[in-house]
Amino acid sequence: MADWISLPVNWVFLVLALVIAFAGVKVVTSRNLIHAALSLVGVLASTAALFLLLSAEFVAWVLVLVYVGAVLVLFLFGIMITRAPMGREVSLDNERRGLAAITALATFALLAGTSWVAFGDVEIEGVGDPITTGDLADSLLGRYLIPFEIVSFVLLAALIGGIALARKDRSPAEEAERTDA
Amino acid sequence: MTLVQFLLLSSLLFSLGVYGLLARRNAVMILLSVELMLNAVNLNLVAFEAWIRDAFATGNVFAIFMITVAAAEVGIGLAIVILIFRNRATANVDDFELMRG
Repeated sequence: MADWISLPVNWVFLVLALVIAFAGVKVVTSRNLIHAALSLVGVLASTAALFLLLSAEFVAWVLVLVYVGAVLVLFLFGIMITRAPMGREVSLDNERRGLAAITALATFALLAGTSWVAFGDVEIEGVGDPITTGDLADSLLGRYLIPFEIVSFVLLAALIGGIALARKDRSPAEEAERTDA
Repeated sequence: MTLVQFLLLSSLLFSLGVYGLLARRNAVMILLSVELMLNAVNLNLVAFEAWIRDAFATGNVFAIFMITVAAAEVGIGLAIVILIFRNRATANVDDFELMRG
């Protein structure tokens, strides 16, 4: 433990882990939806920094671009379009919070215990030689080419599906009015 | 650094996601909790990749696949939430108890 704490990289980890834990709790407990969505930015940005520690540069920047840049904007749109209650007085949680907390604690105990037993003594190299974008490109467009194409197709299908679902259909009366005008 | 410190952090994130998923009432907040859980899995994949360092960078490739699928999930999920909101004027999942509109 004394060895562990003496490494500067572990200090960086501790700071980021505290930010992630604090912001993560805020995401699931905040009474203000906008605050919860913005706390998710904190979680994701700190996770991207952890990815840099783990020498996964490309994934870190993809996380920042895709999540912080695009998905969060979608969430804010969703919150505002559905005119979610933003005041403090309305409860955003249902009445089964206690059961939910017990389930979450049991999940944490199970996952953390299993990880500790299985990988308790594994050392990894921090900020080692990075996995470059080139390495990743060779792998994505080589060995994983077919999954890559399939996942692109999934994204395209989701895009078309999203547009088709959320498009505003006019009622027949409105349609008739439009053609008259 | 040890591997287990990342695994513990990701367990914490995942169980926070489980709590949010079960305790939240608003559909958009449930999707936010799902994002927390997906992020925990990404952290696991990247941490294992830093340990194993296989020739194809498999952990990182799968993390990128997860991010893509998560983006698709958010797009479809929010479209469905907006559609339900338009028909029922609420995003509260406790009110969605019928399959017909």
